[in-house]
Amino acid sequence: MTDLPHQAPPRKLGLVIDLDTCVGCHACAVNCKEWNTGGIAAPLTDTDPYGANPDGVWFNRIHSYETGEGSAGRTVHFPRSCLHCDNALCVTVCPTGASYKREEDGIVLVDEDRCIGCKLCSWACPYGAREYDASEGVMKKCTLCVDRIYNENIPEAQRVPACVATCPANARHFGDFNDPDSEVSRLTRERGGRALMPEMGYAPINRYLPPREVPKTASALEATADTMESKFLQWVDRILS
Amino acid sequence: MRRTPIDTSPPVSDEVKETTCYMCACRCGIRVHLRDGQLRYIEGNPDHPVNKGVLCAKGSAGIMKQHSPAKLRKPLKRVGERGKGDFVEIEWDEALEIATGWLAEIRRTDPKKLAFFTGRDQSQALTGWWATQFGTLNYAAHGGFCSVNMAAAGLYTLGGSFWEFGEPDWDRTRYFMMFGVAEDHASNPIKIGLSKIKAAGAKFVSVNPVRTGYSAIADEWVGIRPGTDGLLVFSLIRELLRADKVDFGYLTRYTNAGWLVVRNPGQADDGLFLRDAAGRPQCWDLGSNGLNDALSADAKPALVGERRLADGRIAVPAFDLLARRFLDDAYAPEAIAEQTGVPPEVTRRIAAELAHAAFAEEIEIRQPWTDFAGRRHETMIGRPVTLHAMRGISAHSNGFHTCRALHVLQALLGSIDCPGGWQYCPPYPKAIPPAVRPSGPAVAPGEPLQGPPLGFPIGPEDLLVDADGAPQRLDKAFSWEAPLAAHGMMHTVIRNAWAGDPYPVDTLFMFMANMSWNSAMNTTETMDMLTDKDPETGNYRIPRIIYSDAFESEMVAYADLVLPDTTYLERWDCISLLDRPISDPHGPADSIRQPILKPDRDVRAFQAVLIELGVRLGLPGLVDESGEARYPGGLPDYMIHHERKPGVGMLAGWRGDGREHGTGAPNPGQLERYIENGCFWSEAIPEEARYYRNVNQAYRAYGERMGFLDTAEPVIVQLYSETLQRFRLAAQGHGDRLPPESERERIETYFDPLPLWYMPFEEARIDRENYPLHALTQRPMVMYHAWDSQNAWQRQILGSNRLYVARAMADRLGIADDDWVWVHSHNGRIRVQARLMDGVNPDTVWTWNAIGKRRGTWGLDDDAHEATRGFLLNHLIGDTLPNDPHANADPVTGQAAWFDLRVRIEKAADGEAESWPQFDPLPGGDKRAAPAVLKYGARFRKAS
Amino acid sequence: MHPAYSVIFFTVASGAGYGMLFLAGVLALLERLPLSPWFAWPFFIIAFALVSAGLLSSLLHLGHPERFLKALTQWRSSWLSREGVLAIATFAPTGLFALGWLFVVNDTSDIGPVMQVLALIGSLLCVATVHSTSMIYASLKPIPQWHRGDVTVAYLVLGLASGALLVGLLGALTQTTTHLAPTIAIVALIVGFAVKLNYWRSIRRLPRASAATAIGMKPGTKVRPLDPPHTEPNYLQKEMGYRVARKHADKLRRIAGTLAFGLPLAALLVWFATDGVLAMALAVIAALSGIAGMAVERWLFFAEATHLVTLYYEGDAATD
Repeated sequence: MTDLPHQAPPRKLGLVIDLDTCVGCHACAVNCKEWNTGGIAAPLTDTDPYGANPDGVWFNRIHSYETGEGSAGRTVHFPRSCLHCDNALCVTVCPTGASYKREEDGIVLVDEDRCIGCKLCSWACPYGAREYDASEGVMKKCTLCVDRIYNENIPEAQRVPACVATCPANARHFGDFNDPDSEVSRLTRERGGRALMPEMGYAPINRYLPPREVPKTASALEATADTMESKFLQWVDRILS
Repeated sequence: MRRTPIDTSPPVSDEVKETTCYMCACRCGIRVHLRDGQLRYIEGNPDHPVNKGVLCAKGSAGIMKQHSPAKLRKPLKRVGERGKGDFVEIEWDEALEIATGWLAEIRRTDPKKLAFFTGRDQSQALTGWWATQFGTLNYAAHGGFCSVNMAAAGLYTLGGSFWEFGEPDWDRTRYFMMFGVAEDHASNPIKIGLSKIKAAGAKFVSVNPVRTGYSAIADEWVGIRPGTDGLLVFSLIRELLRADKVDFGYLTRYTNAGWLVVRNPGQADDGLFLRDAAGRPQCWDLGSNGLNDALSADAKPALVGERRLADGRIAVPAFDLLARRFLDDAYAPEAIAEQTGVPPEVTRRIAAELAHAAFAEEIEIRQPWTDFAGRRHETMIGRPVTLHAMRGISAHSNGFHTCRALHVLQALLGSIDCPGGWQYCPPYPKAIPPAVRPSGPAVAPGEPLQGPPLGFPIGPEDLLVDADGAPQRLDKAFSWEAPLAAHGMMHTVIRNAWAGDPYPVDTLFMFMANMSWNSAMNTTETMDMLTDKDPETGNYRIPRIIYSDAFESEMVAYADLVLPDTTYLERWDCISLLDRPISDPHGPADSIRQPILKPDRDVRAFQAVLIELGVRLGLPGLVDESGEARYPGGLPDYMIHHERKPGVGMLAGWRGDGREHGTGAPNPGQLERYIENGCFWSEAIPEEARYYRNVNQAYRAYGERMGFLDTAEPVIVQLYSETLQRFRLAAQGHGDRLPPESERERIETYFDPLPLWYMPFEEARIDRENYPLHALTQRPMVMYHAWDSQNAWQRQILGSNRLYVARAMADRLGIADDDWVWVHSHNGRIRVQARLMDGVNPDTVWTWNAIGKRRGTWGLDDDAHEATRGFLLNHLIGDTLPNDPHANADPVTGQAAWFDLRVRIEKAADGEAESWPQFDPLPGGDKRAAPAVLKYGARFRKAS
Repeated sequence: MHPAYSVIFFTVASGAGYGMLFLAGVLALLERLPLSPWFAWPFFIIAFALVSAGLLSSLLHLGHPERFLKALTQWRSSWLSREGVLAIATFAPTGLFALGWLFVVNDTSDIGPVMQVLALIGSLLCVATVHSTSMIYASLKPIPQWHRGDVTVAYLVLGLASGALLVGLLGALTQTTTHLAPTIAIVALIVGFAVKLNYWRSIRRLPRASAATAIGMKPGTKVRPLDPPHTEPNYLQKEMGYRVARKHADKLRRIAGTLAFGLPLAALLVWFATDGVLAMALAVIAALSGIAGMAVERWLFFAEATHLVTLYYEGDAATD
C-alpha cells in the first residue's frame, strides 16, 4: 500500500545539516556513494565514467550558492538529499507500492523489486531527492543508511548514516525528531532549524541550520600617545619582568 | 502486497584492516573493509589522532582510485621520441639493471649529476637520506613550490610553523584568523577545528581574496587584494602597539624583544646582538641599570632606548627597532586601504577584536609550570587568539616576510603555544632555525654527503656556493639567489638542467612530480625543455629521465624509464617523526601503511625500489661492509631496523622491548604492534609540559627523553632575526663570503632582520595597466593536495574548471557566465571559460588547479572535458621573472611565487569554444580497463 | 520538463482514442450511431489502435515494463495506478459495445438496454481514464504549470476535440456522418482554445517558490548558484531541467493555436457549407491539423513546465 503510514511513525529519523559549518568538501557525498554502492541499493551506477559525459547515481549532492549582497554576502554550501517527508508525495504517486515510508521510523525507501521505473516519484519530489538508475531501470534514493543505523555488525557509536559519520566539519547530525531531547531536536530548537520549501506542504523531516550572524561589536582601540616619540617615552621605564 | 524484505543488519565485510590514507598531507587513519578480498568500504578510523573517524571526499573515493584505469601496470622503456609515449613493457630486472647502470656510472664519476627530486611524496626522511648516501646534493621534494616561505618564516622565528609543525588550539580559541587562498594542508584537522570554533561561539575571520571553502563559513570575510596581506598585518600590529595592547611580559621573557642590537653602521657587527664572552645575548637591565644576560631569571630588560656601551658602541633593544618599523604612518589603516582593499574601519575593528580576545578573554589554567630560567608560574595563561596562514601567503615573492609578520603579531599578543593560541606539534619546537645545515658536494665520487642535502643556513658560511659565489646545487638553492631555500627549488630544476646552468646533469630521477603539467610553472616551455635536443650531438639536453608514479600522469611520456609505483593500499610505508609529522599539539604521533591488497599488476612501491636500487648501487647505508643488504626484508625491514642515530629510527612507537617510545633499540615486533594499534602510535604530553613548550622546563625534559630536542637552549622567539642580518652584512661587504656584485642589492634589501612588506615582484615589474588583474589558483577541497585524485567519482564532481571573475569586473569587460575568454600574462595566453561570482576580490580572477588534463592521459577518453574545457593557469606563470633571469620566487627562500601572477582578460571570438592550448593526445593508460558503465558494488549486494 | 516523445504520443493518441470511444457511446445514447460497417469497423480499429498504441508507448517508457501489472495495485492513492486500472477496465465495456455495434445492433434508434448500459459505462470510463491521465500531471505540486484545475479541463476537452475531429473525418470519408461530431468538435475546440489561451497567459505569472526557501535561507534572500554539485548534467537536469526559450515558446504557441484550433475551426465551419471531395479534404485538413496542433500543444505542456528542483540548479532564474 503506497499510502503513507496511517499512524505517525513512533520515531522520526532524519538529519540536521548545519549550513553555518558546511565547507562544501563533498566528503558526505562521496562517502555516501561508496557506502551505498555496495549496500542495499547497490550499485549506484555510473555511466561514461571516463568519458566526456560522466553521470552517476548519487544520493547526496552538494551545491554552492552565493547569497545576500555586499557585506551580508555569503557563500553557502548546500548538501541536498532526501528529507524523508512526513507528507511524501513521492510515496503516494507510486503506482506499484515500490515507494514507501516505513511505519517504524519514517524512512522513505524504494523496493527496487517492485519499481517499474516510471520516474513519477522523481517528478513528485520538489527537492530532487530521487535518483534514477537508467541502467538498472529503477529509482534509487537516500536510505538514511538503513543498513547502517540498525546494523549490529557495526560498533554502536558508528550506527549513523555514512554522511554523518564522515563529515569532517561535524555539519551533519542524525537522530529522532520525535525525541525532544535528541541532538537533532535540540539543534533545531536552538539554532532555528528550517524546513525546505515548507509552503509545499511536504512536511520534510530534515532541518537545515542557517548561517549565524556574529555581531561586530568590539570598540575601537585608543592610541595611548599621539606621536611615536611620546609613545616611546611611555615605554622607556617600563619594568615588565 | 508483498514487499521485498530488507536486511537492516547485513554483514559489512569479512575483513577490516587499518592503514593510513595517502591522498594529502593529512595522512588520516582509515579502516578498509574487504569482502572476498575486494574493497567494500573505506572509512575514517575513529581512534586515530588526526581524523578521529572522519574522512574527506578524497579518502572516501579511495575505491575508485584503486580501480583507476590510469594505473601503470609494468615497467616501461622508451622506444620512440621522448614525449610521445612510445614505450615497451619490460621486466623489473631489466628496469633495475638499466637504472643501476646509469646511476652507478654517475656515482663513480660525478654524483651530483644525478638530480633526484620527488613531488608530493610522504617519505622524504627516506629519499633525502638516500640522496645523502648516494652522494648527490641535488635532491629536494616539492616544498619549494608549496610551503617553504611558511616553513622557513616559522622555523626562523618560532621554531615551529603553520601547517604540519603547528596548529591552533581549536578547543579553546576565541578568535581565529585565517590568511590566504588555497586552503589545503591539514584539511580534516582544520575542518574538525572549525566546527569546534563554531560550536564554542568563537569568531572566525578569513582574510582571503576568494570566498570559497573555509572562507565560506567565516563569520567575517575580508576579500583582500592578493599579495597585500603583509600590509594588513603591519597595520594591525601598528594599531595594537599604539594602544599598548601587547603582552609586554611575554615579550620580555620569551622573545628577543629585549635583546640589545648593536648599532654600528658600516661595521661588521652592525645589527648583530650584543653578546657576552660566552655568546649570551645581553639586555639593558632596568633593575641594575646595566647590562645583564637577557636569558637570566632576574633580567628586567628595557624594551626601548639607545644605550651607549662601555666600548663606545651604541645598542638598542630589538623591540625598539621593531616598534619604529611598525608604528610608521605608512601602515596606518587609511594608508593601506587602497593597496589592500580593506576599509580602514575594518582594520581598526579587527585590531580591537584581536586585543579583546587576547586580553579580555584571557584563559587561566591551574597548572603550575617552570620556565627555562627557573621561574615558576602557578597557572598557564592563555591568549585565545590564533592565526593560521595558507598558500596564499606562502606563494608570493613577499611571502617569507608576510609570514614573519604574522608570527610577530602572534608574539606581540603573547599567543604562542599557550592555551587558546597557536601551538607546536611535536617534535617541534626546534632550535631557531633547526640545527641542521645543508650539505655541500660529496668530498669524492662514491662517497656519501657529510649530512643531509637540505637544511637551515644561519649565515653566509652555510651557503652552497663556490669560491666565486656561484651555486653548487642544480636548483640554486642555498645560493645567493635563494639563501634560505630550506626545501630546495624544484621549480628551477628542469630549466637549469636543460640550460646546463650551473652545470649539466646526466639523469633526472623524479617521483610523483607531474613536471610536464600541473607541477611546473611555464608548462608549455617546460615540455619543450624536456624534449629539446642539442642540434650538434642530437642528444637530449637532459640526457636521461627516470620517473616513478602509480598512474599514467602527463609526466610519464617524458621519461626514458618508468618505474610503476603501487597504490597506497598495496604498500608498506612509514609516516615518520623524522619527516613531516602527523602529531598534533597534544602529543607526538606517527603511523604506518600496511599492504591491504595485493597488486594485480607488475608494480612495486617506489620506496622499496629505492632501497633495492641502493643495494644494487652498494650505497653505504644500505649495504654492510661485506656488500650484503642491510635490510634484506626490504622496506618494512628498513622501517624497523634503520637508525638515524642510536635509538632514533623511522618509527617512535614500541621500540626496544616494546615498552619504549620515542627512543630505543629497534624492535623486530614493532610493525605488529603498530598494526594491532590501528597502524599508528601516539601519546599525550604530560600536562605540566603541555604549553609554552619552547621555554618550558618540563617539556625540555620530555623532549630530551623522546629525542626531539636539537638544542640545549630554550627556543626564544626571534622577532628580530640575526640570521637575516648576517646575510645583509655580507651584502654590505663584511665577512669572507660575499655575494656577487649582481646579488648585493637584492640581499641587502630583502634580508631585513625585521619583517617588511614590498610589492610582489611580478606586479612591480610588469605594466600594471596592461595586466590589471591578479590570477590565483587553488585546489578544490574534493581533490586538494592530490592531483592524482582523478577518478570516476571525483571527476563527476569537478570535471572541468572555470575562470572565476568578479561580477562587477565581468560586467565592465562585457563578459557573461559561460563565455570563453582569453587570459594574457607576460608569459603567454590561454583560452578558458568564465564563471561570474561575487565573493572574490574585484581585481582578482581565479580557478581550480590541476583539473585540466592533457588529452589521452589519466585513462580518460580523448574528448573528456578535463582536456577540452579544463585548463591550467600554469601556462601563464613564468618560471623566471619578467625581463630578469632570477627565478620567479621569494628572494629569501626561493619559494615559487606562482600567486604573483598578473593577467588581462578579454572575451574570445564567437566559435572559440575549447580550452587552449591543446597538445597532441598521449596514447594514455589502459583504456581496456575503463568500463563504459560502472556498477561497482553490485556484487556485494548479490552476495548478501 | 523534458518533452519525451513517448509521453507526448501517449497522451495525444490515447486522448483521441478515448475521445472517439466516448463519442461512440454518446452517439449511441443519442440514437445517432451510424451502423455502416464502412464507418464502424475503421472507427473501432482506429480508436482501439490509438488507445492501445498510446498505452504501449507509455509502457515502453518504463524501466521495467514487464512489471506493469504491479502498477495496478495502488489505485487507492496513485493517479498513475488509477489510470492503468481504468484504461484496462475501459476495454471491457467499449470492447463489448464494439462487438454489439458491429455484429448485433441493426437499428440506430433501438440499440437495446444492454448496449445503452455499455455505452454509458464505456463513455464514463473514457472520461475517467483521461481524467486520471490529466491528474497524473495535475497532482504534481512541484510543477506549478501542471498543478492546476485547467490541466484536467484541457486534457478532457482536447481529447474530446481530437476524437470528434477523427469521428468527423471518418464520417466525411464514409459519407455516413451527421453534423453532430463536427459540431461537438467545434464546441470542444472553442472551449479548448479558451482554456489554453488562459493557461498560456497565466502560467507565466504563477506565484513563484524561491531559491531562498529551497535552500533554507530567510525568504527574500537573494540566492545565486555558484557551482553545481557535478560538472555534467545529471538525471534531474536532463529530465526536469528542460528549458524552452520564451521567444521559441511564443512561436510554438502560435503554431499550436493555429494548427490545433484555428485551422480546424475554419475548416469545419467551411465544411458545413460544402460537400463532396472538398468537404472530405476539409475534414482531412481539420483532423490532421488538429492532431498535429495538439501534439505541439502537448510538447509545450511539457517544455513550458518548470520543476521546482530546477531552483537548485538555476536559482530564481528557474521560475522566470
